[in-house]
Amino acid sequence: MGIGLWIFLGVFAAVAVLLLLWLIAIYNKFVRLRVEADNGWAQVDVQLKRRYDLIPNLVETVKGYASHEKDTLDAVISARAKAVQTHDASNTGAKEMGQAEGELTQALGRLMAVAEAYPDLKANTNFMALQEELTSTENKIGFSRQHYNDTVGRYEEFRMSFPSNIIAGVFNFNKRDYFVIENEAEKAAPTVSFS
Amino acid sequence: MHAAAPGGSRTPNLDERVRERIKAYPGTITFHDLIRKNKRDSALLIVLMIALGVAIGAIIGGVVLPVGMGTIDAASAATSDYAKLADRDPMSDEFADSTDDIVDRAKPTRVLGADVSVLGDAAVYLPSLLLGAGVALVIGAGGAIWSYFQGANAILRMVHAQEITPELDQELFNVVDEMRIAAGLPMPKVYLIPESALNAFATGRNPENGVVAITTGLRAKLNRDELQGVIAHEMAHIRHFDIRFSLLMATMVGLIVMACDFFLRITLYGGAGRRGRDSKGGSGAQIILVVVAILLSIIAPILARFIQMAYSRQREYLADAGAVELTRNPEGLASALRKLSHDEEPLVDLANRGTAHMFIMNPLRKMRKSHQSVKSMFSSHPPVEERIARLMALAR
Repeated sequence: MGIGLWIFLGVFAAVAVLLLLWLIAIYNKFVRLRVEADNGWAQVDVQLKRRYDLIPNLVETVKGYASHEKDTLDAVISARAKAVQTHDASNTGAKEMGQAEGELTQALGRLMAVAEAYPDLKANTNFMALQEELTSTENKIGFSRQHYNDTVGRYEEFRMSFPSNIIAGVFNFNKRDYFVIENEAEKAAPTVSFS
Repeated sequence: MHAAAPGGSRTPNLDERVRERIKAYPGTITFHDLIRKNKRDSALLIVLMIALGVAIGAIIGGVVLPVGMGTIDAASAATSDYAKLADRDPMSDEFADSTDDIVDRAKPTRVLGADVSVLGDAAVYLPSLLLGAGVALVIGAGGAIWSYFQGANAILRMVHAQEITPELDQELFNVVDEMRIAAGLPMPKVYLIPESALNAFATGRNPENGVVAITTGLRAKLNRDELQGVIAHEMAHIRHFDIRFSLLMATMVGLIVMACDFFLRITLYGGAGRRGRDSKGGSGAQIILVVVAILLSIIAPILARFIQMAYSRQREYLADAGAVELTRNPEGLASALRKLSHDEEPLVDLANRGTAHMFIMNPLRKMRKSHQSVKSMFSSHPPVEERIARLMALAR
């Protein structure tokens, strides 16, 4: 065996090790992004549940002052029930949930708009606390969604770029959906500000 | 679109100037562009600081030995062999090659195995100088480590900040919670500073130990959107590890100042010996080199401070852009900055130069009064109009 062969083998081994390290780095970045997206989704989930929990209280308080706004109140209750059902059903994707949450957001928006017409209700300390809680929870849903979508954006960009897309294919790093809360009213009418 | 500024109408001047400055930015600019630019600029400044440190080290290292050689013949330990040495060009290779045997015969002083005899009479002072530098290094490193772990608590105590619970201020807690969710960080501690001045700051060595503090004055004066902007700015500081980076910068400045001080002392101690030899005619190039090195070691600490402050200003811009990344609402922070800029009494007595960079507005009266709207090389914060202009450029 000549010295040339040894040099060849040495270079080959070095290149192989470098390649392996590089593959490991890409794989680990995928894992990191996926965990970050999962965490982001968990944050969204916490806030959605918080909103489900707030609504019965809110409905009860509004009922005490504006009991004849039955349609609006019923719409909120049924939208909440539907959202909870969609949320608890297994294999629900971000898309279906976005639709149900969008309807709930709309119904809540209408309820808060109606509440504006009742000065006694607006002055109720319990209602004011609930209003701040709801405003904040809606904001948190929005911000956690923003964070989740940003993370998914980075994940998807990495997943589709060359050469990391090859690793994604081999190790089944699947496509993730953005979480979009469908809101038809948002497109048509200006949103109501609670502040 | 020029957004109407609630509360900003008291000084139409400010808005005029802001409008002028907005034109400097392209209409398509986004916070992503600003964040990229600021990160690039601050990386550049860190590189500059390291380069300055390396340059100072190289020049001082290159000068100290020849300077020492120049001083030896007048020193008490000088022998006839050393006198011969002094007449040669200390910069030439031949000099370096032929010195060994002469130095050996001249009974060189050895400190830790290094031949320091060439330092001549400077060698007499060297142990004390080294000791001084060592003590300074230990104190400096100790201080850096202490401020890394205890700095947050110290500053909170210094400004009499009190940690608050959600029951005391639900809205403030909600806003902080919203912003930390947007940043994907753990919930920081929330402190109130009982001061009428308008200011806020963030601290903590990492996001897990994050703290946001706001004065009661500022808390009372802002609406929800503005409060969100201010908290987002502080959250961006935590997210960008600004406490860690500014500590790194301060440590580098300290090292450069120390090295320059060490060099100046060693040349001053050696100065008498050199003058004695000058009558015999020293190398002109060597003297020029020494003079340049002395000048540099006087300028370098100032330059280092300048880079540090430029860096601090970059981090403020970065935190502003990062705040918009979190809130997606540049007008909230811009409006809050307008209110802050009208404040004449920012947290004066409780802040000092070392902590100024952590506040949203420069808390030092002297710095603020004269530099608030002026671009100053030594201000830790950029002019407020420029900050508002950058934010409003995003809101067009």
